[in-house]
Amino acid sequence: MNEHVMDAAFRPGGLDRAKQGVLGLGLDRIEGPAKVSGVADYAYEGTPDGIAYAAIVGTPVGSGRILGIDISAAEALPGVIAIIHNDPRMPAGEANSRAMPLFDTDVILHLGQPVAIVVAEDQAIARDAAALVVVRTEGGEDRFDVEAQPVDTAPKIGFLPPIDNGDLDAVMADAAVTFDRTYTTPVHFPAALEPHATTAWWEGGKLTVRTSNQVIGGARKTIAKALKIDADKVRVLAPYVGGGFGGKTGVGPEAILAAIAAEVVGRPVKVALPRRQTAYMVHHRSHTTQRIRIAADANGVILGMGHESVVAQNDDGEFLEPVPFGTLPLYRGDARRFKTDLVRVDLPASGAVRAPGEAVGTFGVECAMDELAEQLGIDPIELRRRNEPETDPVSGKPFSTRRMLDCYTQGAERFGWPANVPAPGSVRDGKWLVGIGMAASLRGNFTVEAQARVRLEADGRATVECDMTDIGTGTYTILAQTAGEMLGLPVAEVNVRLGDTDFPPSAGSGGSFGAGSACSAVVLACEDILGELALRMNAAPEDLSLHDGCVSAGGRSVKLADLVRGEPIVAMGKTGPGVESKRTSQASHGAHFVEVAVNAVTGETRVRRMLGVFDVGRVLNRKTATSQITGGMAWGIAYALSEEGIVDTRTGAFVNPDFGEYHVAVNADIPQLEVHFIEEIDDSANPVGAKGVGELGISGAGAAVANAIYNATGVRVRDFPVTLDKLLEGLPAV
Amino acid sequence: MKTFTYEKPATPEAAVKDIDTSGAKFIAGGTNLLDLMKLQVETPDKLVDISRLDLAKIEEREDGGLTIGALVPNSDLAADRRVVAKYEVLSRALLAGASGQLRNKASTGGNLLQRTRCYYFYDTAAACNKREPGSGCSAIGGFNRILAVLGTSEHCIATHPSDMAVAMRALDATIVTLKADGDRRRISIHDFYRLPGDTPQIENALEAGELITHIELPAPVKGKQEYRKVRDRASYAFALVSVAAIVDVQDGVIASASLAFGGLGPMPWRNPAVEAALVGKAPSDAVFEAAATALLADAKGYGSNDFKIPLARRTLIATLRNVTGA
Repeated sequence: MNEHVMDAAFRPGGLDRAKQGVLGLGLDRIEGPAKVSGVADYAYEGTPDGIAYAAIVGTPVGSGRILGIDISAAEALPGVIAIIHNDPRMPAGEANSRAMPLFDTDVILHLGQPVAIVVAEDQAIARDAAALVVVRTEGGEDRFDVEAQPVDTAPKIGFLPPIDNGDLDAVMADAAVTFDRTYTTPVHFPAALEPHATTAWWEGGKLTVRTSNQVIGGARKTIAKALKIDADKVRVLAPYVGGGFGGKTGVGPEAILAAIAAEVVGRPVKVALPRRQTAYMVHHRSHTTQRIRIAADANGVILGMGHESVVAQNDDGEFLEPVPFGTLPLYRGDARRFKTDLVRVDLPASGAVRAPGEAVGTFGVECAMDELAEQLGIDPIELRRRNEPETDPVSGKPFSTRRMLDCYTQGAERFGWPANVPAPGSVRDGKWLVGIGMAASLRGNFTVEAQARVRLEADGRATVECDMTDIGTGTYTILAQTAGEMLGLPVAEVNVRLGDTDFPPSAGSGGSFGAGSACSAVVLACEDILGELALRMNAAPEDLSLHDGCVSAGGRSVKLADLVRGEPIVAMGKTGPGVESKRTSQASHGAHFVEVAVNAVTGETRVRRMLGVFDVGRVLNRKTATSQITGGMAWGIAYALSEEGIVDTRTGAFVNPDFGEYHVAVNADIPQLEVHFIEEIDDSANPVGAKGVGELGISGAGAAVANAIYNATGVRVRDFPVTLDKLLEGLPAV
Repeated sequence: MKTFTYEKPATPEAAVKDIDTSGAKFIAGGTNLLDLMKLQVETPDKLVDISRLDLAKIEEREDGGLTIGALVPNSDLAADRRVVAKYEVLSRALLAGASGQLRNKASTGGNLLQRTRCYYFYDTAAACNKREPGSGCSAIGGFNRILAVLGTSEHCIATHPSDMAVAMRALDATIVTLKADGDRRRISIHDFYRLPGDTPQIENALEAGELITHIELPAPVKGKQEYRKVRDRASYAFALVSVAAIVDVQDGVIASASLAFGGLGPMPWRNPAVEAALVGKAPSDAVFEAAATALLADAKGYGSNDFKIPLARRTLIATLRNVTGA
C-alpha cells in the first residue's frame, strides 16, 4: 500500500514526469457507448431469477401517531406475495439525512413516511396493493408552515459552527455605508433522472444490494447496521448511477426495505420510488431565509459582514443547511457574524443537495454585493476586487491556491463586460428588456480518504478497481486517464471497474471530493508500480519514461507486457486529508457572467448567454469538467427562474412533487454556456492537485442571473425564484 | 396501476361497441391517460385501443375547410402544409404544447380531452370534486398559481391545459363523433366544453361511449393569426395565459376578430364581448383596453393566481397590437 496523507504539499514524481499526455484531455466518457446502447445496467434493471416487485406505503398524514395498519384489502389482491409493516428494522426517517434512520416508531415525522412494503408478482400489482393499505392514525399538532414555527437560535445540529468575530452591530452603527436585506430561497428537490431504486437478494446469509447510490462504502455500513448484521455480509453494487445531486449520498429507506422484503419472501426483490414518492422519501434542500448585513467604508471596502439564516429540519434529521459556507472566505472584513438557525417542522427531511450552503447562500451574498455596488455607485466587479482577501478572513490561514481575481479579469474580458454597466431598465431590444449581471462562485475543497487497486496485467494493459461511483460525472474516464498517464498507456488500454464494495474503499461521489481523492489513490498505486518497473529495468524510477505501452530507461525500451512477465503487478494506493489540509484554506473559485432578456409585457426571462471562468486546480478531463460546470450553471438558471418545491401548509404535502409542475430547466431555457478554466495545480489539495469541480458551477450561477434580471428591469426580487408574477408590477405599462 | 382488460377493435363502429362498461376508456396516444392510470387518478377496468383505426388523415373539403382525423398526431397536424398556410394559429398552438416526443404520440381527439393539470387533481390524497365528486376542492384556499380566474365555481377552479383546443376555439372547429348506437353527431367546439358548476367531473358534451372521429375546421377566415403563450419556462410548461388571435383589419378598421384564451378558464375560453369591443373600431390602445376589460370583467383570483388577471390584460393588449400592427 502506497499511502500518502496530505501532511505537506505534495506532487508525485511519476505524475510530474508522465509523458502519455492523456490526463486533462477532453475525452468522451468511456462508458458512454454502454449507456446509449442500453448495456449499462442500472439499479432497477436486470431480473434475477424469481424476482418479486415491491411498493412502499407512506403515512397519509404528516403528524401524530400511527395507531394501526390494515392490510386485509391489499392482501386480498391476486398477485400479492407479502405485506411487511411490523419488522422492527424498518426505517421511518430518511437515512439520507443522517447516518442512520429512525426505527420501530409510531411517531409520524412527515406525510409519506414509510410504514409498509408490499411485495407482489409485478410492479403494477404492488403499487395497486400499496394504495389499498389503510394506515390508521391519530392526529397531532402539526408544524407544516416553516414561517409559523419558533426559531431555535442555538441548534444542536449541523457541522458549521457559528462565527461571531468582532462586533458587527457596532461596526454597522459606525460605518459610512451599510446594507441590510433579507433574501429567501424555497425548497429544492435533488431530482435525479434515474429513480431511487434497489434490487436486493440474499444468498447463504449474504445480502447483495444493487442500488442507486453515490457513496456505496457508507451505504454498506448503514445497511448492515440497520439489518443488525456484519458489514462483510453486505455487498453493495452501483456500477452506474443516473444522477444523484446529493439525494443518493445516504441510504434511502427503499434499500433497507427491499433487503428486509427479500429476506421475508425468500426471493430477490426490486423497488423503485415513483417520482411523486421521491419527494417524500428522499431529502430535499431546505428553504432558507437569509439576512445579509454589510458594513463598508466610503470606498466600498468591507469592514463587517453578516450572513444569518433560518432553515428547516424535521425531528429526525440532523442536517442543517450550511447557508453561509461559501460566504465565509469570500470577502474581507474583520467583523463577521455567520450563523444558521433552525425551525423544526413536520416535513420530509432536508439534507445535502448539490453544493449545500453555496448553492443557495450565494443568492444572498452575491445579490447583496450587487445591491451594495449600486448603492456605492461602483462596478460590481470592482467592488469585489476591493474586497478580495489575502488570507482566509475567518481563520487567517493562507489560501492553497486562489485565482479569484483572474477569474474576474478573464471573465469580464471574455464576456465583454462594459466599463460602465448600463443603468437598470435602460437597455431595450424590441419587446425585450436586456440586462447583464455577474457573481462570484466559490466551493470549499475537500480531500477524503480513498484507496484504489491498480493491476498491470500480463498483457500490458491496466485494471483500476475501487468502490468509487460514477454518477454521470465522468469518473470512469478520469480514472482511466490518470492510470494511463502514470503508466504510459492509451486510455483504451485501461479497464476501470467501479461501484462494487468488494473493491477497495474509495471516496464516493459527494462534496466534490470524489475526483481528486479517487484519482490521487490511483496515482499513488501507480507510483508503486513504477517502482517495481524501475527495479525490473535496473533503473531509478525518475529515469523511467513510459509511453504507449513501452517503458524506456538507459537507452533500453521494453514493452510493458514483456516486463510484467506473466504475473500481474498489483499495487494499492491510499490518500487522505492531513496537516496541510488544515494548515491551508482550500476552495475552488470562479465568476459567472450572464446576459438576460426579460419580456417587457409578460416578465418572462430568457437567458441569452452565460459565461464563467473557474479556478479548479488540475483539470482531469476538460470535457467532463466542463460538463460538470455547465450542469451547475444550468441548475443555477433554474434555481433563479423556476425551481420551487411548494408545501401545502394545511396538510404538509408537496403541491408539485413531479416534473410537470416542479420546473427544472429544459433545453430551451439554456443558452450556449461558455466555460473557461484557470488551471493552477494545487499541491496542497491532494496528490493529483485537483480541486472540486462538481458543485462549483451552481455556486453563484443563480445570483448572476438574478442580478442580470435586476439590471434588465430595475426590479429587485429577493424572494427566489424570480418568476414572472414577481416582476409584473415593476415592468413598463403596456 | 389497477389491472385492466384490453381490446383492439378494427373499426370505429366496433370500438364504440367495445365500450360496454362504465369503467372502459378509449386510448389513443395515451400521453395523458397512462400517466393518470399510473397515479390511479384514472382507474379504467378496460382500455379500448383506437390508435390503429383509420382516422389519421387530413382531408380538404369542398367548402374549403379541413377534416382532421381524430388520430392525426399533433406533430403531423402542426406540420401539415395546409394548416401551416391557412391555420397558422393552430400550427403555432400545437408547437407551443408539450415536447416533440409527446406531440408525436398525442392525437388530435385526445388533445381535446386532456384532463386538468390542477395539482390537487393529481394528488389522490387531496380533495378534488373533479376526481372524486363531493370530496371538495383543495385548490380553493390552497396553492393555485396555475389555476383558473374565469368560469370557476365554488366546486372547482381547474384550468383546461390544451393549447390546441384554444386555437380550435378561435377557428370555430366542429367535433364529429360516433355514438355507441351508431349515430353520428356534429358538435360545435363552443358547445363541447362544460363549465364546472356543481359537476366539475363532467367536462364536455360527450355521452358515455361516444368516440371523437374527426375535427372539422371551417374554410380559413381572413386576418392575421397569432398564438401567444406565456409560461414559466421556455418549453414544456402549460400556459399561464395564452391568446389565440385571428384579427382582420380593413381600411383602418377591425373587420373581424376571433379571440380565444388558454390558462384562464376551465375550458378554452372565448367571450363574444371581447370581439364586440374590437369589431368596427380603429385599432388603438383604448380599444384594446376595452377588449381586455370585457375579457376580465368577471375574473376572480384565488390568491396565488391573482397575477393572471394583469398578465392576461397585458398579453392581450400586446397581442392585439401585433396582429393589427397598431
